[in-house]
Amino acid sequence: MMTVGLAHYLIVAAALFTLGVLGIFLNRKNVIVILMSVELMLLAVNLNLVAFSSHLGDLAGQVFSMFILTVAAAEAAIGLAIVVVFYRNRGTIAVEDINQMKG
Amino acid sequence: MIQAAVFYMFAILAVFGGVMVISARNPVHSVLFLIFVFFNAAGLFLLLGAEFLAMVLVVVYVGAVAVLFLFVVMMLDINFVELRQGFLHYLPVGAAIGLVLLIELATVFVGWHEAPEAKQMIAAATPDMTQVTNTKALGQIIYTKYLFLFQLSGMVLLVAMVGAIMLTLRKRPSTKRQNIADQLARRPEDTLEIRKVPVGGGIG
Repeated sequence: MMTVGLAHYLIVAAALFTLGVLGIFLNRKNVIVILMSVELMLLAVNLNLVAFSSHLGDLAGQVFSMFILTVAAAEAAIGLAIVVVFYRNRGTIAVEDINQMKG
Repeated sequence: MIQAAVFYMFAILAVFGGVMVISARNPVHSVLFLIFVFFNAAGLFLLLGAEFLAMVLVVVYVGAVAVLFLFVVMMLDINFVELRQGFLHYLPVGAAIGLVLLIELATVFVGWHEAPEAKQMIAAATPDMTQVTNTKALGQIIYTKYLFLFQLSGMVLLVAMVGAIMLTLRKRPSTKRQNIADQLARRPEDTLEIRKVPVGGGIG
């Protein structure tokens, strides 16, 4: 219990990932909180990669974690831009109102 | 001993922050707790020996992404109380799915053991951390072995930047803007007229 190993980090990452999934379910009306939950999930994945990188002595995990960070930043920027444009057009960001592309 | 204590502090605070992110009433509080989670995750990265990533996490996530969230939350005038309706309604099914996911992940961790050949399949071995710093070691492989991926991630960021500007830029007809081309195209003949005014006649 006192020596912290790989499993401890994996459990923290699993808890954060589950919280991200739970956040999407609970706040399914608020796009901004859903985006924040996605960020939490990406953080959990990063934690997994870095934990394995440290455990195996392989730097490649940290490199890929950095690439995930890049993609997460791009995703947040585009997602929030879409939210801002949608709010400008419709005056709301409630998820159930986002149905204009329904066939 | 002290490492374990620090780990448990960061881990518990990170999970607590995660709970608050998804359950806070005010989205501004959610964003602030997200920043809190990122700080604690950076602490965990430090414990794992990934110093560069820990600092990048603070700079990129806290400095850019979370502030972007905060900016958008504060810019949009939204009734967030209305958006929270149904929170308790979704709680049972959400908790059930979260529990199932957690149990699945736990079974993976319990049943997981390392393949014996995993140590031979290392792509980029970590150099001795007392000789080379983490940042230098990362730089030595990012700019050589992973150069193209690195360039590609730069392209991803560029496309994201162009896309975000494209999406949000708009022409507002109500505002007056300077048109430099029009100003430079003006000639004295177009605007000035010189008339001879007869004495006592005025301009008629």
